[in-house]
Amino acid sequence: MPIQSASSPQSGDRRWYDLFSRGARDWLRHNEKIREAVRSSLPDLVSESGILTGSGGRTVQVPVRFLEHYRFRLGTPETQTGVGQGRGSPGDVLRPADTSGEGGRKGSAGDGGGGVELVIELKVDDIVDWLWEELALPNLKPKTGAVQEDDYVRTGWDRRGPRSRLDRRRSLKEAIKRRNVSGTGPMFTDDDLRYRQLVKKPRPSNDAVLLLAMDVSSSVTEDERKLAKTFFFWVLQGLRRQYQHIETAFIAHTTHAWEFTEEEFFQVSGHGGTVASRAFVKAQQLVQERYSPARYNIYLFYASDGENFSEDRRASLRALRELGQLASFMGYVETGLSIRDPLQTESGEIFRRLTQEGLPAAGYPLRAEADVWEAIRAFFKQQSET
Amino acid sequence: MRQQLEANTRELEALAHSQGLDYYPVDFELVPPEFMTEVAVYGLPVRMPHWSFGVRYIHQYVQHRMGHSRLFEVVFPGNPGRAYLSQNNSLEENTLVVAHVLGHADFSRNNLLFQRTQEQVGYDIVELAATRARQIADFAEAHGVERVERVLDAALALEQHIDVNQPLRRGRYPEYVADTAPPPRDPFRSRFGQLPGETSHGTVRERRRAPVPPHPEQDLLWLVATYGEQLEDWERDIFLMVREESFYFQPVFSCQIMNEGWASYWHARLLREADFLPQSLYLEAVRTHSDVVRPYAGEDQTALAINPYHLGFTLWERIVRDQGLDAARAIMTQDDDFSFVRNQLTEELAEELRLFRYQASSDGEIRITDFDINDLHESILAPKFNFGAPRISVTELRTDGTLVLRHDHKTDGRGLDLRRARRVLDYLKHIWRRPVILHTVDEQGGHRILESA
Repeated sequence: MPIQSASSPQSGDRRWYDLFSRGARDWLRHNEKIREAVRSSLPDLVSESGILTGSGGRTVQVPVRFLEHYRFRLGTPETQTGVGQGRGSPGDVLRPADTSGEGGRKGSAGDGGGGVELVIELKVDDIVDWLWEELALPNLKPKTGAVQEDDYVRTGWDRRGPRSRLDRRRSLKEAIKRRNVSGTGPMFTDDDLRYRQLVKKPRPSNDAVLLLAMDVSSSVTEDERKLAKTFFFWVLQGLRRQYQHIETAFIAHTTHAWEFTEEEFFQVSGHGGTVASRAFVKAQQLVQERYSPARYNIYLFYASDGENFSEDRRASLRALRELGQLASFMGYVETGLSIRDPLQTESGEIFRRLTQEGLPAAGYPLRAEADVWEAIRAFFKQQSET
Repeated sequence: MRQQLEANTRELEALAHSQGLDYYPVDFELVPPEFMTEVAVYGLPVRMPHWSFGVRYIHQYVQHRMGHSRLFEVVFPGNPGRAYLSQNNSLEENTLVVAHVLGHADFSRNNLLFQRTQEQVGYDIVELAATRARQIADFAEAHGVERVERVLDAALALEQHIDVNQPLRRGRYPEYVADTAPPPRDPFRSRFGQLPGETSHGTVRERRRAPVPPHPEQDLLWLVATYGEQLEDWERDIFLMVREESFYFQPVFSCQIMNEGWASYWHARLLREADFLPQSLYLEAVRTHSDVVRPYAGEDQTALAINPYHLGFTLWERIVRDQGLDAARAIMTQDDDFSFVRNQLTEELAEELRLFRYQASSDGEIRITDFDINDLHESILAPKFNFGAPRISVTELRTDGTLVLRHDHKTDGRGLDLRRARRVLDYLKHIWRRPVILHTVDEQGGHRILESA
């Protein structure tokens, strides 16, 4: 009886089952479906503050469950009976009850793999793509009115030019035309050659700066900060597709204001009261020093629990009004977990006034993770409409 | 190893024939272990693609990597039978496996359930399934992967819901109610007929349309494929393909204890009597045998599950010892696990095997309850009833196309897992494209009607 073998000499070629793995194929398909499933729960994904810890900042890691292929099954009874083998007599306890309190043990490993989790890595860009589709947003356009920049643009052809801009296809066409008309002649003449022409053209600026300011006084809790962070993250990701270059600056304030790096920004906490105008003045200062409105589209976001010294209102309004003349947008993110009437706070009042005055400003109340989705939707809707 | 294994196989086959084993020729093939893993996951070497196999695959793969499970052999009945041996096994292990496979081949040729399936499904399931897989790949090309996947989601979810007591190729129900003979002319009827205004009803025969289904229909795959007005032809085909493979898997499932036991009995017996094998090979093979055919894992002294190899092996040894080989062969031909366990697992044997029934409550406590032999039988067999699936039948097909399913919760002892049942209805409604209704009970025993949205 001949036994076939993968390594047998009569079949030196690889056998059919080596060509690809059916199991791996279906596994990849499963993962694809998981991605789709994750996508369909986008609001949860976006609101999940934990996902931001992904590696490198360009991907996020999301824990997911294996998909289960459902079948009809009987409900789980209170007690399950089975047959075992070994020493013992009726009444013997083979395994004591689970006293840790956490429900029953998972049943034996089934094919569904109910409790197993795996972590998938998603590209932030993909998520933003989904977000865009989900919100049915048009692609944002750079603001017109931002200052022009010179850029070289290709327009037409010229008979003279540097070798590097020779358009071979175009030149060949010219040569064919000429030979067709005259019926004879050399393959190429100097007159056939065409060079791409570049023209200096003004172009709207494609740079932006995102100024993120946050109240870090003792009244702002860790959870509130997380909410703000999640919101900021998606705003930044969204603006990234609008502008080629986007810079960020982080300003924290109590009764003073400081500029921080991104990592420090979300960790610092200060003591004392809240004087928001200090942060706005600091923002003004940064704009003057580094982010000239001539070059940058300016976005300012201010996160706070809404408290501010009422004597500071005048100073805040003044600073924000001046900024509002230069900025593309000024947003207020209210992260008060305990606020009863959203946006009815001191800071909320300031921003409402700015809106009424026709400045590009708006406020977003964030009281729970679920609100992040709504706030992002509202912000980008506004952005795409103006 | 190959030459040596071929030589051993030749001699083992000769020995098997002399012992009365009667089987179709078997093609052996040495394959890499990854291939074995795939076959274990799909049940067949090449089978239709579906993401759910991917989940099983990764589980199996991880287990395999961690050394928890080791696959020794897979064999497919047919003419010729096909057996795959892992090329990573030692010569000793594979010699044992060859003997084991011969036992399976004998079983699948002679057992009546296997015979009936093979007559209907054919004698080359491996090739058939591969052809089906190719057809489904063609469908995916023509209609898109997602649409095909949706059909497979539904069809594979209903995989176990077939009726093997009906033929594989099965026609539609009769369109009209069969004529019933007119009632006999007894004195009462003749006098009744003479009453004023009474015309002779018996003579006018109306043809009455038969209801669909005329009786609760268990074969959900067949009914959907046959009576689903909204299905496209290729979708019907997929349902029937899945059904065909289920017909093949059914006897494998419902004879597992017998079949594994029979194969284990024969590998032990053939190796014992194979004096052509060197002593060292025999000892190694016997060690493998006792690794496979043992009730407990590792050092444990109790197990919370029955090893079908061990139970079947013990039963067959006892039957051959007490009743002789001819009687054993007759049982092998006629029984399935249900009759086999109920008839052959006696009280004495259960005691000897130290079988017990236990109860696991939801707080994790596991307690031995009793040794009652009838209860033991039923508890061993409980997961095997009805192809391992809840009993669900189609009871009504309404004129608006609504499909009414009814769960026989009385026989099953409790209602369905409602969450999962809803998801299955979701799969089904995409294919049926008309309302689907399912009757069952909830945990408290209250009547529940699930409806596809």
